[in-house]
Amino acid sequence: MKRKYELVYVISPDATDEQVTDLHSQVDAIVQRMGGQIEKTETWGRRKLAYEIGRHKEGIYVLEGILGSGELLREIDRRLKVTDLIIRHLIVRVDEEQAVVERTRARRTSTSRRRRLARGLPADRQPGEGQREPDDDRDDRFDVGGEEMR
Amino acid sequence: MNGRKTFGGPGRGRSGAGGQQGKEGGQRRPMFRRRKVCKFCADKIDDINYKDTKLLMPFVPERAKILPRRISGTCALHQRKLRTAIMRARQLALIPYTSE
Repeated sequence: MKRKYELVYVISPDATDEQVTDLHSQVDAIVQRMGGQIEKTETWGRRKLAYEIGRHKEGIYVLEGILGSGELLREIDRRLKVTDLIIRHLIVRVDEEQAVVERTRARRTSTSRRRRLARGLPADRQPGEGQREPDDDRDDRFDVGGEEMR
Repeated sequence: MNGRKTFGGPGRGRSGAGGQQGKEGGQRRPMFRRRKVCKFCADKIDDINYKDTKLLMPFVPERAKILPRRISGTCALHQRKLRTAIMRARQLALIPYTSE
């Protein structure tokens, strides 16, 4: 039974770039060995931690989207726990929630289309119609510190 | 902290400045209370994701406690999703458990 998971791990800020890629290949090796598949990898880079973990104040964040069995993820979890370089990690199953989100989104567009057609409007929203959303170019990646809370 | 103090803002503040010795319920004036709406329903945000700190931060004010529904006006469904998202984000040190 294959399921979709998301793994985020926080690597100690002292780690070198090689160590970061090395950790990624370690995860990849386990995934390959146990018949899984890595769907995507995002490196968020170095960012400030919201609180100190041990003596660390910042960490290197890496996100992996993994397709695989629960067994596989349990193995990864076990391995990450014993890896000293990793200061925190989180595994979350995402497929069910994604399905729910897609379903609600689909339902909403279909009702809005139906209603718009009933009012004699074109099914899709035209450019320049309705409220414009203000542009937001704030970068949220590095503002976790206490002083930036809004 | 009660919801009235935080959100029923304008009318309340004025009467306090006028020197009423904090007589609770002494003078009944029709208080303007803004109708609260769930932000996630209004903005049609389906996916409350733990990675989206920009979305979550307004719901964890200074003490970093989760803002209760009675104040934020979030609906039950979204408050529940918000809670899991915040707890996950906390685990990854994206959001603080507490300040200080």
